Formats: sequence, structure tokens, C-alpha cells
Amino acid sequence: MAVVKMRVYRGDSNGGAEKEYEVPLEEGMVVLDAIHFIQANYDGDLAVRWNCKAAKCGSCSAEINGMPKLTCKTRLDTLPLDKPVTVYPVKTFPIIKDLVTDVSWNYMVRKMIPPFTPARDMKRVMYQEDVERCQEFRKCIECFLCQDVCHILRNHDKKNEFFGPRMFIKIAELEMHPLDTLDRKEFLRSQAGLGYCNITKCCTEVCPEHIHITDNAIIPLKERVADTYFDPLQWLLDKFKGSPNQ
Amino acid sequence: MEKYETHTHDVIVIGAGGAGLRAAIEASAEGASVGLVCKSLLGKAHTVMAEGGVAAALANVDTKDDWKVHFHDTMHGGKMLNNWRMAELHAQEAPDRVKELEHWGALFDRTKDGKIMQRAFGGHTWKRLAHVGDRTGLEMIRTLQDKGIHSGMDVYMECTITHLIKDGERISGAFGYWRESGRFVLFKTKAVIIATGGIGKAYKVTSNSWEYTGDGQALAYEAGADLIDMEFVQFHPTGMVWPPSVRGILVTEAVRGEGGLLTNRNGERFMEKYDPERMELSTRDVVARSIYTEVMEGRGSPHGGAYLDISHRGAEYVKKKLPSMYHQFMEFAEIDITKEPMEVFPTTHYMMGGVRVDADTAGSTVPGLFAAGEAAGGMHGANRLGGNSLSDLLVFGRRAGLGAAQYANELRDNTLKIDDVELEKAAHEMTRPFENAEGENPYTVHQALQDAMGAYIGVFRTKEKISDGIEEIQVLKDRASQLRIEGSRMFNPGWHLCKDLKSMLIVSEAIARCALQREESRGAHSRVDFPKYDNEKWGNVNSVISKDNGAMKLGTSPLPQMPEELRKIVEGGHK
Repeated sequence: MAVVKMRVYRGDSNGGAEKEYEVPLEEGMVVLDAIHFIQANYDGDLAVRWNCKAAKCGSCSAEINGMPKLTCKTRLDTLPLDKPVTVYPVKTFPIIKDLVTDVSWNYMVRKMIPPFTPARDMKRVMYQEDVERCQEFRKCIECFLCQDVCHILRNHDKKNEFFGPRMFIKIAELEMHPLDTLDRKEFLRSQAGLGYCNITKCCTEVCPEHIHITDNAIIPLKERVADTYFDPLQWLLDKFKGSPNQ
Repeated sequence: MEKYETHTHDVIVIGAGGAGLRAAIEASAEGASVGLVCKSLLGKAHTVMAEGGVAAALANVDTKDDWKVHFHDTMHGGKMLNNWRMAELHAQEAPDRVKELEHWGALFDRTKDGKIMQRAFGGHTWKRLAHVGDRTGLEMIRTLQDKGIHSGMDVYMECTITHLIKDGERISGAFGYWRESGRFVLFKTKAVIIATGGIGKAYKVTSNSWEYTGDGQALAYEAGADLIDMEFVQFHPTGMVWPPSVRGILVTEAVRGEGGLLTNRNGERFMEKYDPERMELSTRDVVARSIYTEVMEGRGSPHGGAYLDISHRGAEYVKKKLPSMYHQFMEFAEIDITKEPMEVFPTTHYMMGGVRVDADTAGSTVPGLFAAGEAAGGMHGANRLGGNSLSDLLVFGRRAGLGAAQYANELRDNTLKIDDVELEKAAHEMTRPFENAEGENPYTVHQALQDAMGAYIGVFRTKEKISDGIEEIQVLKDRASQLRIEGSRMFNPGWHLCKDLKSMLIVSEAIARCALQREESRGAHSRVDFPKYDNEKWGNVNSVISKDNGAMKLGTSPLPQMPEELRKIVEGGHK
């Protein structure tokens, strides 16, 4: 039977190192299967988060051969197996142990986003074309791979000023929701740090749900903010109309 | 005893899937201080994997539908073993619970005239399942999560409850550990709601996530509550077969709801033999047995399954209505379901049985202990209809939240006591695997349990097989009492498995004992040696499991009597 060499990061906040394991290869095997094999046969305390093993829950994010991916969705036969497969925890969030990182920051900032707020006499008629745009964003499984790969979080660690792509699609979903009544443009500009994004599209590339994060969420949000705050014509018009934004 | 953290609440909800979140939202709305405790990160619970839809008689597509037909279908699907009051409340309240989700931001697929779209599903007379493509569970859990985090509750993520603590007969606390650090934590509380889901991980081939280890059923059993109907384990007819890595992963019933056809290796639509009227949209128990029989009699596909084909609906339609199925097969099996058929075989999916509860309040037989969702028993009888679990979560999650908050409010000040000796015992039970100089690897024992449950207490059962299974479970219990763990308590999955294994062994024994007792075939429980219904002896009783002097006690209790007007609905013409 063919054997795969896995090099898995073992360690915690005090440091660590790669450890090499040999795992027998089965047809269709994914990286998470190999991790499970290691747990059951070599190191029972190898820490990894996972739940559904069907790419629906977004728990098992890691960096496989340096690429941010879901371990449950990455088939070993799609990787070059003539050299060891490396599995590291996501880099943007602090390590807890082995492949498990502290992603609580995401939950904290998510709670700061002003929630869905419908009108008191909310109507119930919505057409498919009205909901489709938001449905794309609601496919998000919160794997935080987009947060991991975003250089503003990853390289510049702007966590105090910038919410990251996951939160922008959350805000886009609320802003474009046919029944929502709030305006989150000021929040986007001043608190969520939308201006930091320079649309390199790295987030879109790693999204396992194939959500067009940059094109369909971030760019339209940037346009809305720009129209309101930075368009001189709009500024003049609003001045005469007495818009609340002025 | 080592230092531990303490938190105090009126209501502790264990489990943050649909039922737990809905319960926590309701209890918070009632003014209770709520702690929501979950083994995983918030939003990762098994509800996320529900695909096909939530059943509610909204009558948006088939205008003749109403709660009575839904009630009728649910009772027939459950082979009349359902708790009638639960089935009644469920059918009556599901439409409001679905509309409420929309009020909280959910975006279901729409009909042409702008209403919530509904699709056909097995055993449902009318098109009844509100859905979002084939990711309805994700939509539900996100909506509840968004609502929940702004409802004032405290969420304790990655925390496992290992023991319930009582003051006399009443619940007074829940004890457990943080998965991250391994440190212990005590929640002082007046009421506990069990919303921990199912038991699928006791079986090898299952659609369930790792969390489904029967924790809630085991905690309730240990605390003295009754479990009912534990023999009724639903094998979903269509799990993936190939490759081995994905064996058991769910193929949504929506494939059949959208017109998918089942055939054997000879190209025969075999459901003609088993249920010519409803064909592919027969109930899950029937379709699972049919596929199983076809394969066992040598008419299976190359990897030992049946073919399920949806390609005739056209690529655009399939990708639109079943997007995650399309990706699931493309990425895991390299099969394009818009062009070729899938291979499917039954997979362990759902526990119909669970904690015995009062239909109206979700209260168990232990004061202060409540249960909702899959962890509770009674609602689905001997077989659950697809789509009825998501509606169950909403209806009885809300009722459990109400019931627990009212109970807690009536107690006023929390004067309940926590017994330190009991805590110390609980803590020591948890740390023992580190002290054992010799002992077994928990993963090995878990695999042996999964093999035994599949082999002895699977789709078709006999007295001999189940008895062998019970014997094997006793051996495994001994082995599980001598486990040994490497490493520290910090995020140690091997250690976590020790406790999960204890829960799985309790529910496995309960399943086996109930399965041996019920000498008939009904719904998901198929006895080869008793292939027919025995209405006289078994048609009016639930199996009951309880803890008696440290041992598992097995018995029966009569079904609650259905009022005459409901009986008429069940027996009468339902259209």
C-alpha cells in the first residue's frame, strides 16, 4: 500500500516543531482522514478542530503545503505526494495547540455589527431575484480562511481597525437584505475599516464556498461608502436637501 | 480538589444547534439569565448539515395543506407510536416558527408570487418543506445565531458538560471542562435544557458529526430521567458510498424530492416492488430497507449501493436546487451528478428516541431538567419524516426555553446546593485516564463499538444478533473503564473521547436492550425474526430505560391516549 508522509505542526504558544508521520493512502482520502489516522494510531492528543467532515461547517481550516484550506475538502491525491505534505495551523490567529487556533476575535467583532433590523410592519413578499444576492453571502460557513489570507490581518495585524472579508460579507448581506432598515455605511467606514481593503482578491480565491467576496460584497460596499462620503456632487445635493449624512 | 471556575445562571442550555439556540433565545426573552454551553464553536453544530428543508404547513405551494394533514402524515410516518400531543403542537406551531425565522432575517427560496417556497419530501402529502437550496440547516443556524448573540445570553464555546448535579431531586448545576485548557468549570443553575442532538457516532457509517455521541441522553439517564423509544434509530436511505473517506455522508432526500430516481444494477426502479404508490418518496424506513435488500440480494452497484439519478432534471436546475450535492460529489467522488447517477446506501442518521418529556413544557421526569430536539423522545414515534426535525427544533426548542424559564422564575432565589463530594467524584472520574499506568487507547475501543453497533444492531435485527451485541457492549464497558491517555489536559482529543465514549456506551446499551425487547417490526426497528407489526402487544407501548441502583432498567409504559377528534384526523381521509 502507498504511504504518505505527513509533516504536522505540533506545539503551542510556547513554540513547537513539525513532526513527521507515515500514513497509508486510501482512494479519495482527504487531509483530515490522515490527521485522524495519526490521532488513532500515533498521537491521540494531536489537536484539530473538525465537525461535519463534509465541507459544511467550516471548522477544520489549516494551511496545507502553505495554502489556507479546509482539511476535510483537500484530497491527498490533488497534492504532490513525492514530498511530505505539511499541515500548519492558520497563521493569522494565535495558536492554542497544534492545528487549533484562537479565533474568538472573529466572534467578538461579529457581535459589534448592528444586527438585522426589519421595519415594524415587515412585509413578507419577497421575490427570488430580491433575495438571491444575499443568499450568496449567507452560504458562508465561517471557516475564516478569508480572514487568514487577508494581508491586512495576516501581515499588518490591523485587528483593532479592520474587521476582514468575512465580516464585510456579513455586513453586505445585511445592507442588501430586502427587509433591513438600518444604514451601516458610517459603521463600515469608521469602525469596520473597509477603506483598508485594497481589493487584492486573496479572500475570494480561498473561499471554499466560492463566494465572490470582493466583486459582489466588498466593491459594492466601497461604492456605497464613497457615494455617500466622498462624492462632491452628492455632497452638494445633500447639502441642499439637508441629508442626515451631512 | 483543584480550583475550578464557577458561573451562575437561571437556565443552562447544553448544545447550540437549532434546538439549543431556539431554547436559549426564548428563555432569555422570558427574562431568565441564560448560559449556552456547546462542545464546538458557535454555529458549527450538526444543524448546519441539515439540507432538504423545514416542514411546515404554510400552504404556499399546495394550498390544500393545513396542520391536520401534517399531523396525520407525522403520525403515520411514526407508525402511530408518536406522542400525539407533541405531533399536534408540532404541526400547529411549525408555520409560525418558520415565519418567525424570516422575521429574524432568514431568506428562504421564493415562489413566483414572492412567498416562501416549499418542496415535496417522503411521507408528506403536500409540498411542505420550506428550504434554501440544499443548505436549509445553515440558514437556520445562522439566523438563530445572529438572533441569539443579541439576546443577552452568555455563550460558553468549546466546553463539555460531563455531569449534572442535583440537590435532592432537583437539578442544581452542571459540571464540565473547557476543551481548550482542560480546566474544570461549574455552572450553578436552576434549570438545565438538554439539546445535545443525536448518537450517530456510536456507528461507523453515519451522516453525523463527531459531536453526536449521545451526551444529553447519557447525562439525563445518569441524573435519573427516563429515556424512551431508544430502539428507533433512523438509517437514512441515501448516504454516500464511495470513496471510503466519505462513506456515510448524507445525500439529501431533496434529491428524491426534486424527482431523483432509484435503480439497481439491472436498471430496475426497484421501489415499484416495495411501495408502488409512493415510490422514491416513500418514508425513510421503507426506502432504507429496500436499498439494503437490493444490495444484499446481489443487485447493488459496483461499490455496494443503489443508483440515485437526478441528471434528467438538467444541469442548470440541479445546480440551482441542489448546489451542495453537486459540489459534494464533484469534489469528493469526481462524479458530475448533472450527467451521471450517484451511488447511495443507508447511513445512521437520527435517533427517534431520547429523554422522555412533557409535550407542553419539554420537562423531563427530573425537576429542573428539560430536553428538546433530537435528544428528546416521543415526537417522531418509530420513524421520523424528513423535514420534521428542523421544525421540531424550533417548536420544542421554544417550548423548552419557556418551560425552563418559567420553572426557574418560580424558584425565585437560587438556594439550591452543590454537593462538593459529588463534584470531587466527577472531577476524579475525568482525570483517572491520566493516572492509569496501563490501559487501552480510547480510539481503539471506539472503533470496536462502532463495528459492533453496525454488525449487531443495524438496519435488520434478530434476537441472536442483538444478544451478541449486548454481550459485546458489556466487554467494551470493561475495556472503557481502563483507558490510558497520553499528553496533557490541554486540547487533548484522546482525553475528550474518553467521556464521549462513556456516553456512547450508555446509549448503545439502551438501543440494544430496547431493540431486544420489542418483538415486532415497526418503523426503523426491523426484526427479521418478528417481521410484522404486533399492534396488540407493542402498538400501544413505549420502551422505557431508566437507571436503577446503578444498573440499566428496561420496561414499557402505555402510550398517552389520543383524544377522539385527533383520532378521526389520523384515521380519516386526510386530503
